Amino acid sequence: MTDLQTFREETKNWLEANCPPEMRKPGDVAWGGRNAQYSHPDQKIWLERMGDKGWTCPTWPSEYGGGGLSKEENKILQEEMGAIGARSPLASFGIWMLGPALLEFATEEQKKEHLPQIVKGEIWWCQGYSEPGSGSDLASLSTKAVEDGDQYIVNGQKVWTSNADKADKIFCLVRTGPQEPKHEGISFLLIDMDQPGVTTRPIKLISGKSPFCETFFDDAKAPQKDLVGGLNKGWTVAKRLLEHERTMISAMGLTGGGDGSQKTKSGLAEIGKKYAGIDSDQKISDKAFRKKVTLHDLNSRAFGLTMQRVGEETKVGSPSPAAAMAKYYGTEHNKLRYELMLEAMGTSALGWEGEGFSMEELAITRDWLRTKANSIEGGTSEVQLNVISKRVLGLPDK
Amino acid sequence: MALILNEEQQSLKDIASEFLQSNAPVTHFREIRDTQNELGYDESLWMEMVNLGWSGILIPEEYGGFDFGMVGMGSILEEAGKTLTPSPLFSTGVLGASLLTLGGNDSQKQTYLPQIVDGTLTTALALEESNRHAPYSIDTQAKKNGDQFIISGCKNFVIDGHSSNLLIVAARTEGSVNDESGITLFLVNSDSQGVEITKTSMVDSRNAANIKFSDVTVSSDNILGEENNGASLLEVVLDRAQIAISAEMLGNASQAFNLTLEYLKERKQFGAVIGTFQALQHRAAEMYSELELTKSSVIAACNAVDENSNDLRRMASLAKFKSGETNHLITNEAVQMHGGVGVTDEYDVGLFMKRARVTEQIFGNSEYHIDRYATLSDY
Repeated sequence: MTDLQTFREETKNWLEANCPPEMRKPGDVAWGGRNAQYSHPDQKIWLERMGDKGWTCPTWPSEYGGGGLSKEENKILQEEMGAIGARSPLASFGIWMLGPALLEFATEEQKKEHLPQIVKGEIWWCQGYSEPGSGSDLASLSTKAVEDGDQYIVNGQKVWTSNADKADKIFCLVRTGPQEPKHEGISFLLIDMDQPGVTTRPIKLISGKSPFCETFFDDAKAPQKDLVGGLNKGWTVAKRLLEHERTMISAMGLTGGGDGSQKTKSGLAEIGKKYAGIDSDQKISDKAFRKKVTLHDLNSRAFGLTMQRVGEETKVGSPSPAAAMAKYYGTEHNKLRYELMLEAMGTSALGWEGEGFSMEELAITRDWLRTKANSIEGGTSEVQLNVISKRVLGLPDK
Repeated sequence: MALILNEEQQSLKDIASEFLQSNAPVTHFREIRDTQNELGYDESLWMEMVNLGWSGILIPEEYGGFDFGMVGMGSILEEAGKTLTPSPLFSTGVLGASLLTLGGNDSQKQTYLPQIVDGTLTTALALEESNRHAPYSIDTQAKKNGDQFIISGCKNFVIDGHSSNLLIVAARTEGSVNDESGITLFLVNSDSQGVEITKTSMVDSRNAANIKFSDVTVSSDNILGEENNGASLLEVVLDRAQIAISAEMLGNASQAFNLTLEYLKERKQFGAVIGTFQALQHRAAEMYSELELTKSSVIAACNAVDENSNDLRRMASLAKFKSGETNHLITNEAVQMHGGVGVTDEYDVGLFMKRARVTEQIFGNSEYHIDRYATLSDY
C-alpha cells in the first residue's frame, strides 16, 4: 500500500470513529470564539476533535497547530469527509483571510500566538478595512493609531465589519504615518474587541439580516507587538489578504462541479420547468426563458473551465493573469443567476416571510438580495475592471 | 482533463506561430486578395504546411499521418486565425481527413488518406443548401440506378468548393427534407460530368462556392459510410469541424484584441493616450474576460475530441457559441475603438471583423448552438 493509500485508510477510520452522527447531516457550521454558541452539542465535540488534530486548517504547518497535510493528503481528507457527508467543523475569517496573511507576513512570535487559536476556533476574528469615507478608495482610510509607550491608541470608525458584534478580535488597517503618501502610511494591526474603547452597531441590510456592523474606536488600545508586517507596511499585507478574500467570494459564482457542468443544470433549468411551465415534450415552454437559461448555463461552464485552467496554470508555476477576472465575472454571473430565478418564479419569489411561500422560495428571495453585495464587497466590479485594465492589460493611468 | 498544453503541443504551437508570422502574415492574405488569386491560397505555402505535417495531424499513422490530435490541430488553426492565413487546412486537414478516417472503408482510406498527408488531394464538404446551417435539410437527390446513383441538386457555401479535387456530397437517398435518416454521403470528383462549380466572392475574400449537380453519375463504391445513415457520420465530423473553426476564431479574436490594445496605448486625443479613459478601459477588461472564457472552452472542446468524451456534442456547441459571441463582440469593439481608421481598408481590424462574421456562420451560429445545447441538455 502506498503512503497515500495508508493515509486514506487511517483518515476513513478516524472520521468513522470521531465524526458525531449529527455532524453527518447538512446544517449550520460553528464559528467558535470566546463565547461560542453551538446549535447542537455535537458541533462542539466535532470542532474540538478536528481542532486537536489540526484538521480545521489541514494544510497549515503542524508547528502552528495546523494539520501539516500535503495538498494530496488534504484532497483525500476532503473526499473522505464528503463521502460521509461530514459538515465543515469551523467557519472563520481567521482561516480564510487572516491566517494565510499571518503565515506570509507575521513574525515567528506572532504566528505562535495567533495561528493555534485560529485552528482551535478559540478566537472569532473580524475584518476592519472599509470606512464611511473609504470604500473603493480603501487606501484613503483615516482611522489613526498613535504610539503611546508599548501600545497604540486607536481612534476612528470602520464599517462593513462582518459579525463585529460577535467577534473577539479585529484585524484592522490603521493610519500610522499621517505625513506619508497614502499607501505608505498604513499599518496592519490586531485589536481586541473586548475593551471599553470599542463599540459596535449592527447594520440592517436589504435582505433583512445584519451580518455586518459599524465599529467605533474611541481611544482603543492595542499592544505594539500586535502590529503585523512592519510599521507603515500594512498595504502590502492588505492587498494580499484582499486576494484571499476575492478568491473566497468568486467561488460563489461557481455553482457547478469541477467543470461547472453539474449543479447548474438542476438549478436554473429545473426552476424554469417547475415555475415557468413545460410543454408536451417536458421541455421549458417559454422559449425565450429557455434561451436565457441555456446562455447562463453555457457561460457557467466556460467560467468553471476557466477556473480549472487558472488552477492548472498556477500549479505549473506560472501565475495565471486570468485569475484577475474571476471575482468580477463570478459575482456578476451569480447575480444574473438569481435574477433569472426570480424571472421564472414570478411572485413566488417575492415573499418576505410567513404563509404562502415554501422555505425554499423564501430562501431564494433572501439569497437574491444577498447576491447584490457580491459585486461590492472585497472590491466592486468597477474596481475589478480597473485592476484588469491596469495590471493585466497594461493600460496607462495617464 | 488538462486545460494547458503539454510540452509537445506547446512546441507545435510555437513552430506554427513562427512559421505563419514569417511566411504568411496579414500582408500575405492581402496579396492573395488583391491579385485575385484564382485558387484563393498560395500553393507553395500550402506545400510547406504539408511538409510540416499539418495536413496529416488528424490522420492515423497507418495511413501516413501523425495522429497528433485536435489539441494540436486547434493550436495551428488558432495561430492561422491570428494571421488570417488562407489555406485548405480546415476543409482538407479537418473536414476531409475526419470524414474519410471516421467513415471510409479500407479501400477508401488506403486511397485517399495518404494523398491528403502528402498534399496531392484537397477536399470539400458539399452540405448546406440554404443561407444558414441546417445539416439535415437535404433536398439534393441521389437516385439509385442499378449499381449506380444519379445525383441532382444545388449546394451553397461549400468551403474551398472551387479549389478542391474531391467533393464529399450529402444527398438524399430516402425520405424527405429535414429527415435525419435517408441521407447518404458520396465521394464525387470535382471534374465529373454534370458538376458545375461557381466561386462566390465573400466579404472575407476566402474560398467558397455554389455547386450545381445535374444528373451526376457515381458508382455505389463512392458511398462514404453507410447508405441512408450519413447523418450519424456527419454529426461526429461536424462536432470536430465546429471545434476546429472555433480555434481559428479564438485566434482571430485574440489578434483583433491585441491590435486594439496597442492602439489604445498609442492614440492620443484630448492631450492624453485614449487608453487612460475609463470608459474604454472597462470595455477592454470585459473583452479580456470573454476572451479568457473562450480560450478555456476551446481547449476543453479540443480535449473532448482527443479523449472521446461522451459529452463531445455539448462541448462542440459550447466552443462554437463562445467563440462566436466573443469574436463578434471583440471585432465590433476593435473597429469602434480604432475610430475613423477602423473603417479604412488600410488598417487590419476590418479584415478581422469580416472573417469573424463568415466563421460565425460556418456550421451554426450562436443561436443554433444555444438551441442545440438546450436540446442536448433536455431543457
